[in-house]
Amino acid sequence: MLAKRIIPCLDVRDGRVVKGTNFQGIRDVDSPLALAAFYNDSGADELVFYDITASAEGRRLFIGALREVASNVFIPLTVGGGINTLDDFDMALKNGADKVSVNSGAVKDPSLIGKAAKKYGDQCVVLSMDVKRVDGRFTVFVSGGRVNTGIDAVEWAKRGQEEGAGELVLNSIDTDGVKGGFDIEMLSAVGGKLSIPVIASGGAGKEEDFANLFEKAPCADAGLAASVFHFRQVDIKHLKQTLAARGVPVRL
Amino acid sequence: MIAVVDYGVGNLFSLVCSLGKIGAESKVVTTADELKKADKIILPGVGAFADAAEKLRLSGMRQTVLEMAGGGTPLLGICLGMQLLFDKSLEYGEHCGLGLVSGVVDEIKGLPSGFKVPHMGWNALRFKKPCPIYKYIKNGDYVYFVHSYHGTLCGKSVTATADYGVPVTASVMEGNVFGTQFHPEKSGETGLKILTAFAEL
Repeated sequence: MLAKRIIPCLDVRDGRVVKGTNFQGIRDVDSPLALAAFYNDSGADELVFYDITASAEGRRLFIGALREVASNVFIPLTVGGGINTLDDFDMALKNGADKVSVNSGAVKDPSLIGKAAKKYGDQCVVLSMDVKRVDGRFTVFVSGGRVNTGIDAVEWAKRGQEEGAGELVLNSIDTDGVKGGFDIEMLSAVGGKLSIPVIASGGAGKEEDFANLFEKAPCADAGLAASVFHFRQVDIKHLKQTLAARGVPVRL
Repeated sequence: MIAVVDYGVGNLFSLVCSLGKIGAESKVVTTADELKKADKIILPGVGAFADAAEKLRLSGMRQTVLEMAGGGTPLLGICLGMQLLFDKSLEYGEHCGLGLVSGVVDEIKGLPSGFKVPHMGWNALRFKKPCPIYKYIKNGDYVYFVHSYHGTLCGKSVTATADYGVPVTASVMEGNVFGTQFHPEKSGETGLKILTAFAEL
């Protein structure tokens, strides 16, 4: 059986992993390599590196950190953050990424998905979506969840798949940071009819939330989270044992 | 020295790093002359079969790979590199492979509903017969797959399958020629152990 995947996300600023509860509260937690090695040893199935820097110098440090991790940790690596052009894809893939995740860049230019899929293969292209309820409708937001595009999330997910995305990350703004569990309703509504793998993000606070996710949203192939893993509130090894005991297929 | 055949298909970064990690001497080769100095060959690859087969031919290394494999040099094909080992592929038409392993690359057929294509993620190996590159791992260990096509009509060469509603061909062996549909360079410790066993052949 294909295993359900557990994916820690590392937000990287100026080459260091950070996790901010808000923009004022950003704190250094560890070096990317130290955290990546720790997660690899704990049984993480993939790692996501998200570049939250805006400067060229920050980008250079990010690429350096990526290369260092990719040279030492041999599980799939996804890079996201500031991906707007084919050159951005190229830079990430050349420096050790296996997949590249595009969010606002794809909303600005939807043809980027297809162009990247054609050049590097569908399996490299991850469409990441930040979704929020607006007047009862699942709506796509961009720019770190601050800007409402007015685009219907169900339609955008379908479009992304048609354009050639190989995987979809669905991040719920409504549950993100709240730690009250994944947004099962949104995941089922937006991800339920797709034929590409769906990665659920936003809301994980404890082991039970992951068990709930995989039991109640069969469309979810993976659960992604950041702070619960960084601050060791959830231990991946223990989580996977719990999931296995509940009949969820995982890689132990 | 292990030659990693670079014929312009896919990203060799992880593969080269993983060989470095296990302490194997390796070199990315782009010409037949460089390839001839190797005592083992890894044939990587991602993308479409026809394009890769053509690029391998244009690189001038296709014939050398065939001659060296025929002469007993251990050869490991990974992912699309494994598919190239077969007689032919039915991906977008019908295309000739290297013919080092009997069989045909075809879509994964008969998938029950709910099983997505590509087959992407970690799946467990089900050993079918002993294989020297598996000497440091065990039946049931997980490895990382990303593919939509796989080897068919190759029953006698299959060393492991993966269960995805139907059995998927995970690896093959024909004498000194090995193929893994999964990516050992992305399969954590299990993958490094497989590469180690290959490097020691």
